[in-house]
Amino acid sequence: MALNRPSEDDVVVAGVGMTPVGEYWDISLRELALRSITEARQGAPTLRPQALFVANMLAASLSAQAHLGTLIADFAGLRGIEAVAIEAAGASGGAAIRQAFLALKSGSVESVLVVGIEKVTDKVGPLVDSALATGTDADYEGIQGITPTTQAAMLMRRYLHEHNAPDDALSGFSINAHTNAVTNPNAMFRRAIGLKQYHNAPMISDPVNMFDAAPLADGAASILLTRRELLSNNSQHPCIRIAASALTTSTLAIHDRPDPLNFRAAKQSVENSLNMAGIGIEQIDFFELHDQFSILAALSLEAAGFAERGKGWKLAQNGDIQLQGEIPISTFGGSKARGDIGGATGVFQAIEVVRQLQGEAQENQVPNAQIGMSQCLGGMGSTVATHIFASDG
Amino acid sequence: MTEAGLLKPIRDVGIVGYGAYIPRYRLPASEVARIWKDPAGVGPPGEKAVAGLDEDVITMSIEAARNAMSRATIDASSIRAVWVGSESHPYAVKPTSTVVAEAIGAVPNTQAADWEFACKAGTEAMQAAIGFVGSGMADYALSIGMDTAQGRPGDALEYTAGAGGAAFLLGPVEESLASIEVSYSFTTDTPDFFRRANEKYPVHGERFTGEPAYFKHISMAAEKIMSSTNSSPEDFSYAIFHQPNVKFPQRVAKSLGFTADQIKDGMLVSRIGNTYAGSAMVGLTAVLDVADPGERILLVSYGSGAGSDAFILTTTDQLPQRRNLALDTESYIKRRTEIDYATYARYRGKLVTK
Amino acid sequence: MEVSRHWRLNKQRYSLVGEVCPHCEHKLFPPRDICPDCGEDARDLFEFSGKGSVYSFTTVSQAPAGFEESVPYTVAIVQLDEGPLVTAQLTDLGDKPVEIGTPVEMVTRKLRSDGDQGMLIYGYKFRPAFAA
Repeated sequence: MALNRPSEDDVVVAGVGMTPVGEYWDISLRELALRSITEARQGAPTLRPQALFVANMLAASLSAQAHLGTLIADFAGLRGIEAVAIEAAGASGGAAIRQAFLALKSGSVESVLVVGIEKVTDKVGPLVDSALATGTDADYEGIQGITPTTQAAMLMRRYLHEHNAPDDALSGFSINAHTNAVTNPNAMFRRAIGLKQYHNAPMISDPVNMFDAAPLADGAASILLTRRELLSNNSQHPCIRIAASALTTSTLAIHDRPDPLNFRAAKQSVENSLNMAGIGIEQIDFFELHDQFSILAALSLEAAGFAERGKGWKLAQNGDIQLQGEIPISTFGGSKARGDIGGATGVFQAIEVVRQLQGEAQENQVPNAQIGMSQCLGGMGSTVATHIFASDG
Repeated sequence: MTEAGLLKPIRDVGIVGYGAYIPRYRLPASEVARIWKDPAGVGPPGEKAVAGLDEDVITMSIEAARNAMSRATIDASSIRAVWVGSESHPYAVKPTSTVVAEAIGAVPNTQAADWEFACKAGTEAMQAAIGFVGSGMADYALSIGMDTAQGRPGDALEYTAGAGGAAFLLGPVEESLASIEVSYSFTTDTPDFFRRANEKYPVHGERFTGEPAYFKHISMAAEKIMSSTNSSPEDFSYAIFHQPNVKFPQRVAKSLGFTADQIKDGMLVSRIGNTYAGSAMVGLTAVLDVADPGERILLVSYGSGAGSDAFILTTTDQLPQRRNLALDTESYIKRRTEIDYATYARYRGKLVTK
Repeated sequence: MEVSRHWRLNKQRYSLVGEVCPHCEHKLFPPRDICPDCGEDARDLFEFSGKGSVYSFTTVSQAPAGFEESVPYTVAIVQLDEGPLVTAQLTDLGDKPVEIGTPVEMVTRKLRSDGDQGMLIYGYKFRPAFAA
């Protein structure tokens, strides 16, 4: 199979910008968003966004702020444009890019700015955990005192049990993520870890230990999208297009799935994307998946078709997921080491994919990266947004 | 006509179903002594049941009621009263009984109310249920005595104030596991133990809780119900008295002429503590768990303030079969996890966390 | 203060009342009115036995607001004997470790309270089945 040929109505990347992930005690949500917007707009200074889609999950709970579309449009000097916030829990970023893609494809707008923003340090303690829990089924999961960490822990325990995998089966995902983050200046944890650190990590929610769970932090990322026909040809970067975009859903609650270890929405989302791009899974050069928890990396790899059911963890044991491996993942550290920015994740991932395809990933560069796939998850695969990006080659 | 004071309904009433509930945590009395008396000394014998963090009179009543319903084998929609007696209702205003009624499926065609008379609130509800069923107003009425008993840290009460209780579904005698021959209530204004509104812990008159209170009321009630029915202690296979501690029921039994053997099966205080409104009633469940058909039982509760309710019951042929339809009281007692005083303090909300 | 969002679920929460599909007999919990199996209308009430086994579980030590005073607590996905999975806390665990497959039974317990003055919220939890 061959990738669909570039065409004039392709949705292409005009500019990207991201802040380092971390704790911005002295910067507000709108200021943080603006930083990434300013950087992204430098990629195409003459292209004024006609629409703004803000990807965010937690602002209403943690910053007492809804209505982010208007807030950020106004603050970024874009007063008057179409602006709206898009929320699909951890998949918000991918969902916003998807909406931008649809808007551009429809011809209704000519340029869309997608901003992923998460400001989690405006509250501390149990309120943060309850904010995260709002992404679960409130009446039937949240009321039992669960959080995403709890859900991941139950999936991980079941996974290790069903597949008879060793306790440290998933360690490779964390080790890989931390290795890649060392050379990413935007990453929150730029320190490599080994198996020993993994084994000694404190337990968060058995069997999820500190290295199986991504640290939640602040961050903003912006991506300016337009159609190829509207892009000026004097860009210093290779042109990157969105070759496929898909968003699918499963059940919100894990317990409503006949087989919780089967991420059906993720499988469908990848299949839809591959069909749209006209390629097979083997043509994906690298995969920015949503490793908010190490178990999600394993289940996402399996759902996408990179590994058989129950074998995803082995890709992390034999080097396949490393930068030089068969299917590199978390090439800048992933959620695990770059940091988990909640609803902004999909936008961070997209920019990381773009940098790889532009050949600008420096020490994190995946060799010969032509086609990259990003995928973010809302909850434990309840919403799945998958995008395939390609360079013109 | 029955003798003046005796309570006897027009229609014969019996216990159609019964169920106990005792939480799994146990605090040995020696732990209380270790903290408040002598860190190195040997503590008193016995232990008390303590409710878990997610338990209260509502949840405990629901489980006891479910056990009673399992043994009754009737449809919950035919219940016309759900009455819960307790000193530990979770809400000051908002009935425990409506939650219980909803949980067992007795709503909406039912009466529901909470009862308060210190440690006899549950038997008070039983007596009312006899009237409700015995008058023909209702076929079934559920009466529950349940407590997560309060005792001020360091107070004598703290050694025994336990958690547990029982539910009794009263109905037509023909369907019963035990018939209720007659009952009697003896009441005076005696302030031996009380808790003022909005106070957390009760206060008591120390030795005043003995002679003029517990002993007088139980003795008067027991003597009256026996003399009025021409019965004497040897006519009973079992007797159950309210159990604030081990000594009081032993002493009152002896003075009334009952043997240690007659009271032993219903004596749970050394293993689960004084479960206040649940105390005498949960003792009755333990007796029903072992009694043979045709055996007579004397039950006398005591509630501070003060009063005693006395009942004479006779087990029926239906008891041995139907009692196996729910967990027996001994299973609950045997299911135990010992806790230390710190855990107890946490479970009982005695740790200040805000 | 929140009242109605809990009150309207009383029947489900107190006694595991779900639904059964009149077309394919599929048992549904939580109730969802449309059978996920055959797609037909499924509104017949069905009270589950409350018996089941542990599908998976974990311990929560960093609790969301409203649950802080219960830590550490155990949360599980329980497979009900009638089929559905349900998320619920485990309680009264005792000394025996929980395992995948441990038989459990439903009990009605306090889930949390709506602050110091708000309502007490009761609902299903599961405990290890009595070996009676």
